[in-house]
Amino acid sequence: MSGILEVRDVEVTFEVGPLMRRRSILGVAGVSFDLHAGETFAIVGESGSGKTTLARAINGLQGISAGSIRFGEERIDTLGGRAMKPLRRRMSMMFQDPVGSLSPRMKVGNLIAEPFRIHEIVDKNPSVEVPRLLSLVGLTPEFADRYPHQLSGGQARRVGVARAIALNPALIIADEPTAGLDVSVQGEVLNLLNDLRERLGLAMIIITHNLHVVHHVADRMAVMYLGRFVEVGDTDEVFRAPRHPYTAALLSANPEPDPDKARDRIALPAEVPSLLARPAGCEFHSRCPWVAARCKSEAPEFVQGRTRRVACHTPLEPGARPPELEVTQ
Amino acid sequence: MTVLAIKDLNVTFSTEGGQLHALKNVSFEVPERRIVGVVGESGCGKSTLINAILGLLADNGSVDAGSITFEGEDLTRLGPARMQELRGQRISTVFQDPMGALNPVLSVGRQMRNIQYRSGRSRSEKDARSEAMLRQVRIPDAQAALTRYPHEFSGGMRQRVAIAMALMMKPALLIADEPTTALDATLEVATIELLRELQQDIACSVLFISHHLGVIAELCDDVVVMYAGEVVERGSTRQVFHSPRHPYARRLLECDPARQSGRTRHLPTIPGEIPDLRQRPPGCVFATRCDQRVDACDKVPPDVAVETGHVARCILAEAR
Ligand SMILES: Nc1ncnc2c1ncn2[C@@H]1O[C@H](COP(=O)(O)OP(=O)(O)OP(=O)(O)O)[C@@H](O)[C@H]1O
Ligand SMILES: Nc1ncnc2c1ncn2[C@@H]1O[C@H](COP(=O)(O)OP(=O)(O)OP(=O)(O)O)[C@@H](O)[C@H]1O
Ligand SMILES: [Mg+2]
Ligand SMILES: [Mg+2]
Repeated sequence: MSGILEVRDVEVTFEVGPLMRRRSILGVAGVSFDLHAGETFAIVGESGSGKTTLARAINGLQGISAGSIRFGEERIDTLGGRAMKPLRRRMSMMFQDPVGSLSPRMKVGNLIAEPFRIHEIVDKNPSVEVPRLLSLVGLTPEFADRYPHQLSGGQARRVGVARAIALNPALIIADEPTAGLDVSVQGEVLNLLNDLRERLGLAMIIITHNLHVVHHVADRMAVMYLGRFVEVGDTDEVFRAPRHPYTAALLSANPEPDPDKARDRIALPAEVPSLLARPAGCEFHSRCPWVAARCKSEAPEFVQGRTRRVACHTPLEPGARPPELEVTQ
Repeated sequence: MTVLAIKDLNVTFSTEGGQLHALKNVSFEVPERRIVGVVGESGCGKSTLINAILGLLADNGSVDAGSITFEGEDLTRLGPARMQELRGQRISTVFQDPMGALNPVLSVGRQMRNIQYRSGRSRSEKDARSEAMLRQVRIPDAQAALTRYPHEFSGGMRQRVAIAMALMMKPALLIADEPTTALDATLEVATIELLRELQQDIACSVLFISHHLGVIAELCDDVVVMYAGEVVERGSTRQVFHSPRHPYARRLLECDPARQSGRTRHLPTIPGEIPDLRQRPPGCVFATRCDQRVDACDKVPPDVAVETGHVARCILAEAR
């Protein structure tokens, strides 16, 4: 397998606060990973942990303040908007907000034909491509005449998928591609992306809060907390035996569709630290049920195991329970 | 006691291609102090249902028939002034994106004070109540939080602030449209536990929309399953999740990736498409996709009571 994307020590800085009291925060605080052709890589984690910011940085929509990003042979983080344009044909992004990312004055048909226009592709006929793409995402041709506000949330999402796959990209970055979809349509969208992956050797980065989805579609996964990866590994292995306490809490919280199922959860304090005041030592220590003295002062290294990386002083053994057994019903 | 009773509700949108029947003969009830979940295919009319209840249908939409009875009043007959009065006081809402409900340029405390404008309380009483409410949704340092602006909170905290504001006036009904979709699993679970706790405290009813069947199973007492603008099955969460009687409800539950025991790359789906809502089939709306279809499905299916409180709109539900 050949590497298609190489992300190294990427940081993204934001300036926040009123003019006189500007401060910078790290939205992404040093992230590295590789992606191979045909591979699906999932990123999960807290709301506000930097997933979207990382995706935007890879796509060139957000400048980075440190690190490097390579796409294929080319270093892309130093390219400007113009030089980025031809690359965007091969790397497409599905945005988190499906309706907001569709221009409200354009009909669905034009929205789907837009990528062909932007990239000046003349050998494809929109009147053939639009119905083909609509049917690929499970919409009838009549939808071409609708405006975005006349779509349900799920229909708007499918239009977003159609746009993202229009130009047969080599890499799709999908930010919450199935939020707001029912399980059947969600299955259709994911199967569709998976078919394209198999047929075209497409690589995919999928950002989602839905852990059941991650389990089924991702080869590898990363868990993000306060702008950093805290655990990276093969999806199967991470689900079987999470080694970082945040991963363990996250997987134990996953709601199951059975009203009578017994729930054995690792409870976390709901207070998420602010990026303006990152905790000292291990940044998860303020919420960690396993916290020890050392965690409060000393930041853990991101330890590379054979297939797993974990940022924790004392990674969990399989099936570990929190010391004070704080379990919610 | 019933807080909200929807009876034979029909909603249409006028479109270029003709009248689009978004809701067709929708009936169900939200009893006092119960949490009722609504699930169904994307585009089946869940948001339309909420907008009809709130009197906020798009300009091209209208209620053509049926009633929405809330605390004895038919909401479909109320003027905009009375509806406005009910919204935010007796009926309140939480949406997927809390930013939509919060005013970005006013501090949280100011907004919470504004909600209480009809309470007759003094300013300091209002602030004390706001602070207590924020504490109840576990916002740390609640007093200082009142002076902060919405963007200064994380997504999870913002959603809890929105819940605090929605429950401030002790409404009889809270409508929540995918309130936890944007939260990670730990915050999602914390938020539904909080919702359940507050609902018991305030003794209100909740209409809860979500595509996450796990969240529905965990939180809701009753479930309403919708397909193409119709309620095809309703009952207690146990009845519907353990013994679904409408083929659509059954297939929907089977498609949940959480139910696939082994890891699979190919997720189950329901083949076929939702019918064009401008030309609804005369018989069962699900017939074209149903694997148990019989000739009788070409006629309007009956609402079959399979058990107390458990109803399925399917001719096959009768047979057993
Ligand atoms: N333009 C910006 N200016 C200042 N801060 C920002 C900006 N964009 C994002 N942030 C901050 O950076 C952090 C990461 O945000 P991001 O949207 O990447 O999170 P996320 O992991 O995608 O969250 P979610 O799961 O809620 O979508 C957050 O604290 C956010 O408030
Ligand atoms: N203003 C409108 N004009 C025309 N059609 C509309 C309008 N609003 C909604 N519709 C259509 O009505 C149907 C119901 O839409 P609604 O938004 O209620 O679905 P939903 O169940 O909320 O879907 P989702 O789960 O995807 O949010 C859809 O087919 C949609 O395309
Ligand atoms: Mg995001
Ligand atoms: Mg909706």
